[in-house]
Amino acid sequence: MAAPLTLLLIVAVTIRAVLFRSSLAELIPERVEVVSPLNAWKRVVEGLALLDLGVSPYAGDVFHETPLIIYFFHFVIDYAEIVFMVMTRLVGCVFLLQFRKQKYALEAERYPLDCLELIRTPKEMYYIPLKVAMFYLLNPFTILSCVAKSTCGLNNAVIALFILCTVKGSSLMSAIFLALATYQSIYPLTLFAPALLYLLQRLYIPVNWQRSSFWLFTTQYTFMYLGSLCVMVCLSFFLLSSWDFLSSVYGFILSVPDLTPNIGLFWYFFAEMFEHFRLFFICVFQINVFFYTIPLSIKLKEHPIFLIFMQIAIISIFKSYPTVGDIALYMAFLPAWNHLYRFLRNIFLVSVVLLACSALFPVLWHLWIYAGSANSNFYYAITLLFNVAQILLVSDYFYAYLRREHHLTHGLYLKRKDGSEATLVLK
Amino acid sequence: MAAHRCNIFMLVFVLCGLTYVFVRADIEDTNHVKDAESVAVDIARKANIGASLRSTKTEDQTQAAEKERQWEAETNPADAPSDNKADHVHDTMQNLDSRPAPYAKDQTQEAAEEERQWEATEVKEADHVPDTMQTPDVPPPTPAKDQFQEELVIRPLHSGDIYASFQFRTMWDTDFLRGSKVSHYRLFPKSLGQVISKFSVRELHISFTQGYWRTMQWGQPFLPSPPGAELWVWFQDTVTDVDGAWKELTNVLSGIFCASLNFIDSTNTVQPSASFKPLGLGNVTDQRFLRYAVLPREIVCTENLTPWKKLLPCGSKAGLAVLMKSEKLFHSSFHSQALHFRPVCQDWKCKSTVWELRQTLNVVFDLHTSGQGKREWSLFKMFSRTLTEACPLASSSKVYVDVTDNPQGELFELSPTTPLLSQAVVLGDRRTYSVYDLTNQATFGQTRSLNMLLRWRAAESGDMLRPLLHGERYVAGYGLQTGEIHTLMYNNHPYRAFPVLLLDTVPWYLRLYIHTLTVTSKGRDNKPSYIHYQPSKDRLRPHLLEMLVQLPPNSVTEVTMQFERALLKWTEYTPDPNHGFYVGSSVISALVPSVVAMDTNSTRECPLFSSFFPCKEESSYFMRVYTEPLLVNLPTPDFSMPYNVICLTCTVVAVGYGSLYNLLTRTFQVEEPSPGLAKRLANIIRRLRGVPLL
Repeated sequence: MAAPLTLLLIVAVTIRAVLFRSSLAELIPERVEVVSPLNAWKRVVEGLALLDLGVSPYAGDVFHETPLIIYFFHFVIDYAEIVFMVMTRLVGCVFLLQFRKQKYALEAERYPLDCLELIRTPKEMYYIPLKVAMFYLLNPFTILSCVAKSTCGLNNAVIALFILCTVKGSSLMSAIFLALATYQSIYPLTLFAPALLYLLQRLYIPVNWQRSSFWLFTTQYTFMYLGSLCVMVCLSFFLLSSWDFLSSVYGFILSVPDLTPNIGLFWYFFAEMFEHFRLFFICVFQINVFFYTIPLSIKLKEHPIFLIFMQIAIISIFKSYPTVGDIALYMAFLPAWNHLYRFLRNIFLVSVVLLACSALFPVLWHLWIYAGSANSNFYYAITLLFNVAQILLVSDYFYAYLRREHHLTHGLYLKRKDGSEATLVLK
Repeated sequence: MAAHRCNIFMLVFVLCGLTYVFVRADIEDTNHVKDAESVAVDIARKANIGASLRSTKTEDQTQAAEKERQWEAETNPADAPSDNKADHVHDTMQNLDSRPAPYAKDQTQEAAEEERQWEATEVKEADHVPDTMQTPDVPPPTPAKDQFQEELVIRPLHSGDIYASFQFRTMWDTDFLRGSKVSHYRLFPKSLGQVISKFSVRELHISFTQGYWRTMQWGQPFLPSPPGAELWVWFQDTVTDVDGAWKELTNVLSGIFCASLNFIDSTNTVQPSASFKPLGLGNVTDQRFLRYAVLPREIVCTENLTPWKKLLPCGSKAGLAVLMKSEKLFHSSFHSQALHFRPVCQDWKCKSTVWELRQTLNVVFDLHTSGQGKREWSLFKMFSRTLTEACPLASSSKVYVDVTDNPQGELFELSPTTPLLSQAVVLGDRRTYSVYDLTNQATFGQTRSLNMLLRWRAAESGDMLRPLLHGERYVAGYGLQTGEIHTLMYNNHPYRAFPVLLLDTVPWYLRLYIHTLTVTSKGRDNKPSYIHYQPSKDRLRPHLLEMLVQLPPNSVTEVTMQFERALLKWTEYTPDPNHGFYVGSSVISALVPSVVAMDTNSTRECPLFSSFFPCKEESSYFMRVYTEPLLVNLPTPDFSMPYNVICLTCTVVAVGYGSLYNLLTRTFQVEEPSPGLAKRLANIIRRLRGVPLL
């Protein structure tokens, strides 16, 4: 295991190092698909420059990172490249570790005999962590994001550490990293539910409203989470001694004032929105991210890791300033669900659309912005298609997961009463 | 009132009441007498104005010299104001927040006085023509509370174009701050006076300009102004809600001048920290009371000129203002009208202040469009009018023609000739002017009208001294994503470096990145010694960048800064979005070494003892240069698409919602194949018949 991992890391680092030294290193940070106003490296540098000029970085509308980030980079600004590489590698390693645990959970249960082919063999399980790491480290999206020095990589690292701590069962560390992720960009708030479910599952506490042990642990975890979040927010306040960052970071995320094109759904929608409906639609679109948490938690309460995957995917589709780095995070999970492959319905179509869109983004951007021979609708159409493909991908995996669960309990080859082969439908 | 008191109080107070009545009546009596006296004086003065202006050659020679000096002090446009300006900028340059001490001002004043006298003697000595001396025709400064002066300066430009600059000055010794107390207006425009007292304005400068002043072809203007509309106001330090006052003031001024000043809001208003210090008296330099805004898109036309002319005491009925025919004024390459209101010293000792309203109008007539390519100018050709009289209310009314380059008349011929000459140091350069005094009836000659004629003898006019400071600006880069603003500042002085203050106001939708700021001169990094940067807030306030840069001699200093173009909401675009968005001119304010101080081996016949050290009082002068405004394109959404976009995006969200909802609420079941249509029909018939179903 160590040898392929080392090889993987060397390859990943080499690719990034080469790209950092190439002429692409100036082109990539300007790409709107790779960086958003929230995490562009250019804006971090701008924030630091403002700090040096004695102006609060939040006095303007260019810098939207959290105060901890600015102080973090204040010290490591010279080593930024290395930091980003380390962060990406960290994510890879973290992913590597976290899936070791999962196999036992699957094997421990007893399933009908004919479902044996649905259960992963230990050999397959053995290579899953490596595949996950590879999927993340060698994903072009991750590489682009890293070369652009987007702080999205840091957020991904925090989320990965959170997942690792959760899987390891350390509730305190899990709460701290979840709070850190929430502090960085509000959306990971929705990961609270899966983390809680997983930790409960690990401690063999059933989700039962009457049980006091359930309430005890829930309160405990909530306090740890809220406490560390509070500490971080207060720390930020003491670093800058003003609350400006709240409106400049979270207000900016939630009210979407910057309509710079990106791969998400928000920018063109709110550029074309009628003024008196703006608030209503902002609420609707933002609620969309948080809205699925409760029903998904109920439906997937036995499978918190899959729930985490679903939540991260939903966040990266419906968040206000998505970049390809966010997509890379949930795509890294896909090898972990390779046992669902046989139930996926339109994976071919979706992957083709995703690939085609990724290629068309720069093309249509060029036509609109530089050549002037296309207009904004072209780029907008591609973002729509890209998001439809992502939605189909996620819902396809959800479908496959549910179907597999159904087969695990009811057998793989279902028969009708008259003995003929039955087809399974959603009703 | 006394009777009222009597009713209220008892009889014991009758005695007191009566005493009060007597005293009160006495005071009121004296007041009436005083009022009557002042009114009488006023009327008498009005009646006498014409006569007293024309009464000449009655005083003896010593008095004449005295008057001459005084006249110089009053009419020399570069003297007193530029002292003031220089003072302020000097302050700014030296230590950016210090306030001028009162005694420092006195010293400057004294120095200026000495300088003026020196200049007067020099005129005498240099010309040796007794006739060139001013005839003592200006009446002694009347103790009147208000006075009005008008003048027109005509300067033939080296490009062959001609520059005409009108200045009208109204001075009034009154207190605007007492609110509604000021109700009697004579020369000062009432509409403006009421605004000033209502909003507690201390200084107001407003200019409307059509066209761009080409410094390299035309030299320096007397009063620079950026293309479009510019407004800057210093409020009194008693104003508490400055933003509110500013908002209302812009709306009121927009009504007064029929201009779109109501488009001034927080997104184009800034508070410069150093570039716009008060030009008048007063040592309040707290930028909280300053507001500055430019509307580069503003188009100036007749509807702005008419209200501006109405503010003059004589309107456009008499005096120099009869020349302002809009069809001629706007058929020109450059047109700028401005209004400056500020407190100034009443006299040399500066014991009390008076309010000065200065209305200026600058216009450059093009050689080819207005002059049909012939190098021949006359008042009639320029304005399609001639001068027939001075404004009767004006205490002085003069026309100056710049004849500096034409001392012996070899370059152009000026007719009718005038015996009066005047010298002044204007913008660091010693200029000679022929003066026509309109208050003197002899000026109009037999025809009772003055139509000056400039006819060039030489086809080529002489070389123009390059302006010492000038600026340029442009946008570099291609595409609609990013760009770079380049500002070039030229120091053409052969051996002196001087500092300049650069002010840049950039709208929020061009997101500037301050870390990309570079200042280079002569290929080397030139670090600004002072930077004041205020980043923008989306839809709230613009970027403000001020910096103090030292310009090395004979160099070009380039300031570059990258920006990113924002995509706006579809309602925020102008009606012609693909025309682009204007960015106001950057302002370069500088204390420029004087040209007079530059020629050290002067062949002029000035006293040897006066010219050894190059640093004289006039060794540097204040100058403001405006660069070109920028026109920047922004990416645009498709304006015909709002419904489509809302429908399509909502569809995608609905696809996401629908598929997740499906999976969340439904469960997997084995499908029961539904029977075919024929079978179903058969079953219905069978049910009706009461037979068992198939």
